[in-house]
Amino acid sequence: MSDVISGPRSGLGRRGFLFGGAAVGATLLAAGCTSNDSGNDSPETNTKAVGGDNAAKGTQVTIGFSAPQADHGWIGAIAKNAEAQAKTFEDVTFEPVEPTNDVAAQIAAIETLITKKVGVLVVLPNDGKQLTAVASKAMAAGIPVVNLDRVFDSPLAYRTWIGGDNYGMGVSAGNFIAEQLKGKSNPVIAEIAGIDSLPLTQDRSRGFKDALARAGFKVTNRVAAEFTVASGQQVTSNLLQAAPKIDAVWNHDDDQGLGVLAAIRQANRSEFLMVGGAGSLDAMELIKADNSVLKATVTYSPSMASSAISIARLIGQKKGFSDLVENDVPASITLSSATVTKENVDQYLKTGFRS
Amino acid sequence: MTDPTRTPTDPTDPAPSAQAAGMGPAPVATVPPADEQARVEAAAAEPAVEPSPFRTWLASLSEGGATRNIGLIVVLVILCIVGFATAETFATTGNIRTILTNASVIGVVTVGMTFVIIGGGIDLSVGSIVGLASVWCTTVATQSYGPFVMVLCALLVGLIVGLVNGALIAYGRLVPFIVTLGMLIGARGLAQQIAGLQTQVVKSETFNGIADGAFLGVPYLVWLLVGTFAIGWVVLNLTTFGRRTVAVGGNPEAARLAGIDIRLHTALLYGVSGLCCGLAAVMLTAQTASGSSTNGQNYELDAIAAVIIGGTLLTGGRGTLVGTFLGVLVFTLITNLFILNNLSTPVQNLAKGLIILGAVLLQRRRSESAT
Repeated sequence: MSDVISGPRSGLGRRGFLFGGAAVGATLLAAGCTSNDSGNDSPETNTKAVGGDNAAKGTQVTIGFSAPQADHGWIGAIAKNAEAQAKTFEDVTFEPVEPTNDVAAQIAAIETLITKKVGVLVVLPNDGKQLTAVASKAMAAGIPVVNLDRVFDSPLAYRTWIGGDNYGMGVSAGNFIAEQLKGKSNPVIAEIAGIDSLPLTQDRSRGFKDALARAGFKVTNRVAAEFTVASGQQVTSNLLQAAPKIDAVWNHDDDQGLGVLAAIRQANRSEFLMVGGAGSLDAMELIKADNSVLKATVTYSPSMASSAISIARLIGQKKGFSDLVENDVPASITLSSATVTKENVDQYLKTGFRS
Repeated sequence: MTDPTRTPTDPTDPAPSAQAAGMGPAPVATVPPADEQARVEAAAAEPAVEPSPFRTWLASLSEGGATRNIGLIVVLVILCIVGFATAETFATTGNIRTILTNASVIGVVTVGMTFVIIGGGIDLSVGSIVGLASVWCTTVATQSYGPFVMVLCALLVGLIVGLVNGALIAYGRLVPFIVTLGMLIGARGLAQQIAGLQTQVVKSETFNGIADGAFLGVPYLVWLLVGTFAIGWVVLNLTTFGRRTVAVGGNPEAARLAGIDIRLHTALLYGVSGLCCGLAAVMLTAQTASGSSTNGQNYELDAIAAVIIGGTLLTGGRGTLVGTFLGVLVFTLITNLFILNNLSTPVQNLAKGLIILGAVLLQRRRSESAT
């Protein structure tokens, strides 16, 4: 068919060979560059050996674990923490399922775990509402569910909920900023939110607004990024143009914070103080070094996944917390959002996560 | 061999030498294919046949080209007036620099996308290629070789992934939409795999300097943007490669008969797109001082939207880089205006959607009245 044009292509064999060779060489060169081994082998996870009576080896518990696929540091840390904490227990068999961002796939994965009759389930749902039914099904089948962070619609769907406090994060950030700006009249306070359509973002913003209002301040500029470094960089570069002079900035998320800080550096701005969110190691290291605008971060720690595994084990062994009088694990645990500053950063470094 | 454009060869013409140098056994022994080959080769050598779609395009550029972009220019002017009226910092040099810098990364991506779309294809994988290249060039191993290798690595990764797309589409005869959709998912997955789902911070100050520095008061990123568009414009309008791109996109069969190796050319177009993504990855990585598998998310949609409102035909064969550039500016300007005025994201997205529709409608009306 194409033989009419085969004439001019007579040199293609050799050329193709040369191109091919060059391509293979380049690929090999590039392939050598995929290693991420920094020579530092310490896995950055937040685990803690439990103490007291609960340290003793108990009955064997199989813990099923399902979480969304990590697309940023925080979720990545959740999965790593859960696995690392499970390894610290001799009496725990950890059974994670393939992480997925597809609700249907997560439902299928949890159903598999139910069929396998795991002892306890730890679930961080992609969407609390959509996974309520399958979690209820697990509970009905006699498998206690530990609900991690994103809450199910019905209390019937979980035995215990453990998660962060988004509203409290906003409050902590607002209180810190109000304290720092005390006595200023009409300060410019900017807020760099995460994905605006998520309830967690709305809760954070509400907490921030309420805490500032108590001190007589308000948010003057608000932008929303997408939890990614690139979006953080872009909205911040525009925000800095919108407000030529700023007194304080709260950035909801330390992952996107890398981009936020890059934009601030590129604009040569340093007249304000910035508060981060979530508590990544990068943010904590910057706070410790005290050479950037980042002066504090409010935590939303993925160490909650480690705690969820410990709780699941206790539920499986029908034990309670050793420091509480109760015989059983409580039904709901809300982590408090701590404000990490230069003064107390050393204490929190161990719960930081790599973004 | 049902091609109607083939004229039956004249049996009275002996042309023995050409037959000796012929291309294997002739389908009918009594009909020598010699002068047919000579005709096609002559057609390939002589540019008069090849640029027939090009000529149309050139004519449309001189007659309707200016009007085609008028819709966009009107939108830009309106946006600027709104900017002047609503935000006092709008016309400051700092803000103009920010707008252009924000346009730079996506702008470079749209140059490659314009070539691919004019060439009759589509590249959905651009965002993922940017993500993959940004991750690959910021691994601990790559960073240890210094900033030069990091840049080279990003460009190579972009080029190679683009060529893989191109080879699958051109030689594997697969639909561009499906191939690049697969790459959109696959390349992002590979990026996540390499990065271990973490953000890789760039330690090299020289590398980050690409985004921090400026020459003659204009940031390097903006120079790169302008440079890429300038090179793209020259290649598209003044070189054989550009003419062939238009020909291949306009009428692949005619282009093939005119002697263009349309498969090789198609493969190269995706290579160009990949290379642009590699450069965009360098710029974005420097700008954010980090490589992340989330880099470049949704770039395919932004890039296609900018190219289309810039007046490039989605079916290929016609398009301008000037229009694409204006399209990119419109989107960047909208984002900037909304943040300057402290407005929320949902309203911003709504406005963007309306402006895409408005610009396209305006252009269509103009081009209809022009013809």
